[in-house]
Amino acid sequence: MRITQGTFSFLPDLTDDQITRQIAYCQRNGWAVNIEFTDDPHPRNTYWEMWGQPMFDFKDPAAVLYELKECRKVHKDRSYIRVSAFDATAGWESVRLSFIADRPLEEPGFALQRQEGDGRSIRYTTRAYATDKPAGDRY
Amino acid sequence: MNVVTAPAKRTGRYDAGVMKYKEMGYFDLDYQPKDTDILACFRITPQDGVDADEAAAAVAGESSTATWTVVWTDRLTACDQYRAKCYRVDPVPGAPNQYFAFIAYDIELFEPNSIVNLSASIIGNVFGFKPLKALRLEDMRLPIAYVKTFNGPPTGIVVERERLDKFGRPLLGATVKPKLGLSGRNYGRVVYEALKGGLDFTKDDENINSQSFMHWRDRFLYCMEAVNRAQAMTGEVKGTYLNVSAGDMEEIYERAEFAKSLGSNIVMIDLVIGYSAIQSISKWCRRNDMILHLHRAGHSTYTRQKTHGVSFRVIAKWMRLAGVDHIHAGTVVGKLEGDPATTKGYYDICRESRNPQALQNGLFFDQDWGGIRKTMPVASGGIHAGQMHQLLHHLGEDCIMQFGGGTIGHPMGIAAGAQANRVALEAMIMARNEGRDFLAEGPDILAAAARTCTPLAQALTVWKDVTFDYASTDTPDFVPTLTVA
Repeated sequence: MRITQGTFSFLPDLTDDQITRQIAYCQRNGWAVNIEFTDDPHPRNTYWEMWGQPMFDFKDPAAVLYELKECRKVHKDRSYIRVSAFDATAGWESVRLSFIADRPLEEPGFALQRQEGDGRSIRYTTRAYATDKPAGDRY
Repeated sequence: MNVVTAPAKRTGRYDAGVMKYKEMGYFDLDYQPKDTDILACFRITPQDGVDADEAAAAVAGESSTATWTVVWTDRLTACDQYRAKCYRVDPVPGAPNQYFAFIAYDIELFEPNSIVNLSASIIGNVFGFKPLKALRLEDMRLPIAYVKTFNGPPTGIVVERERLDKFGRPLLGATVKPKLGLSGRNYGRVVYEALKGGLDFTKDDENINSQSFMHWRDRFLYCMEAVNRAQAMTGEVKGTYLNVSAGDMEEIYERAEFAKSLGSNIVMIDLVIGYSAIQSISKWCRRNDMILHLHRAGHSTYTRQKTHGVSFRVIAKWMRLAGVDHIHAGTVVGKLEGDPATTKGYYDICRESRNPQALQNGLFFDQDWGGIRKTMPVASGGIHAGQMHQLLHHLGEDCIMQFGGGTIGHPMGIAAGAQANRVALEAMIMARNEGRDFLAEGPDILAAAARTCTPLAQALTVWKDVTFDYASTDTPDFVPTLTVA
C-alpha cells in the first residue's frame, strides 16, 4: 500500500527539483521549513522526530534541500521523511504545508482490529504492521 | 350608536395618538454610531407614496422599541438609549424606489451570547410591516464587545487541520447519493469507497435523519465501519458527517452521544434545527472535541431574492458567532446560486480575523472578529474535477470541496471518482505553489496529471462540457471603478 498522508501523496513521488520549488514557495511566504522522519506511520502519530530545529531563518531553498539530503543519508529507505512549513502569523500559528518527501521501500500497511461491544457497537484500532517490530528495525 | 370624535390636536411628544416614526426619535442623520453599537443595513422598498425616510425610521422603530402608537410607558425608561436610530438613507444604485437604510442599535438592547435574541430583535417583527413592499437585511456590524460574548466555532479551521493532519490544500468531501432510499449497509459502501479512493470526508445529506429505509443507529454503525476501514487502507485520518438533526434536542443529543461513542470526529446539523439548537450542539461539540458541520438547509427561502429576506452574509456572521466549524457557502461554478463577488464576501466572513468594508463583495461594514475561530466554508453542489483550477481560484485553500455526483457518478466507480478529484486537486496545488498561472493553465495542468491517472482522464472526458451558466439573482449593488490616484 501507499500511505496518503501529506499534501502530495496522490501524485508521483516528488523529484528534488519539485521539492525545491515547494520549499521556495514556503520561504516566499515567510514560513519556517521543518524536516521530520518516523518509522511509525500511524495516522494519529503527530510527533515525528525532528531533524534539527525548524529552519526559521533560512532564505535559500538549497540550504533546506541540503538538510533533507543529510537526513536521507541516515534514514532513507528506512523511514518516512516529511517536509512541513510552519507559519507563526497570529491567528494561524500552525502548519501550512506538509508533504512526504521519502518513503520506505516497502509499506506493509495497517491491520484494523475490531473489538465487539454492546448493541453492535465496535471499538476500532488501527495497527501498523511495521510497528510490530522495535523502532529502528521496522523497514 | 357610537360617537366618533376627532382626536384632540397633539401638542407634546407623549400625547396619546399616532405620530410619525421620524418624529419619535428613530431617525437622526446627525447621529454618530458608537463603536459599541450594533449596526444593520436594510434594503427597503417602501409602498407607493411612502416617504423613504419615514419607512427607514419605521424599520428602526419596529425593530427596537416602537409600536404603532405613542405609549406613555416609554417615559419609565431611558427611552432614547433604547431607540434604534436610522442614521443614513441612500438610494440603491440602479434600483428605483429601493433604499439602503443604516440603523444603529445600542448594545444593551441585546442579550449576550444569543443569536435568538439578536435575530428576534432585528428581524422579529419588522419584515411584515405594511408600509413596506419589501425589506431585506443586507449586512450587520457586530461590535467586538458583542462578538466576545459568543464562543464561536468549537474547533475552527486551524485546529481542524491539526486534528485531521491535513494541510496546504482544500479538504475533499462528497455527499452520499442517492440521498434517500439506501439501506445502512449500502450507504456505508458508498462512504467506504469514497474515503478509500481519496476523499477526506463523506457527508449525510440534509434530509437523511431516521427514516423507514434507514434508521439512524444503523447508518452510524455502518458509516463508522467504513471510516475505520478506509483509514486503515490509506493510513490517513478520515471522517463522515453524521447528521444528528432530529425532532427535539434530547434526540439530537442522543444521536451526538452515539456518534461520539463510535469514535466519529465530526457531527452534522441542519440550519432548520434553529438557532438555539445550533448553539446548544455547538456547546456540546466543544465539550466533546467534535467538529460541527452545518448544512444551510432552507436558507434560500429567505436569502436568494435581493429585495426581501436576509442576506446569507448575515446568516454566515450569525453562524460563526453561534459556533459552527463548517458552513456551506457556495461554489460559484456549481449548480446552486452564487455570484463570484458575493460569494467571496461570504468566504471572507467565515475565514478572516477582520473584514474591511468591501461594497463590491456586499460587505457594508468593517467587521472585527477578534480571536474567534474561523469557520471552514464548504463548496457543494454540481462541481467536478475539470473545474479544479476555477474552484481553487475562487475559493482558495481553506475550504471543503464536495463532489457528490462528481465522485459517485464516475464511470469507473466511486473510488475512481474520489481518486480523480484528489489527483486533480493535488496537481493544482503543486502548480500554484510553483508560481504557475494555474487559472489560465488549468486545463493543461489537469491534462498532464491525467496522463498518469486514468480515473482523472475519464472524469475530464465525462464532465468536460458541464457548466451551470445562469444569471445570479443575488449580486452586489456596487462595482469597483478605477480612479486616477
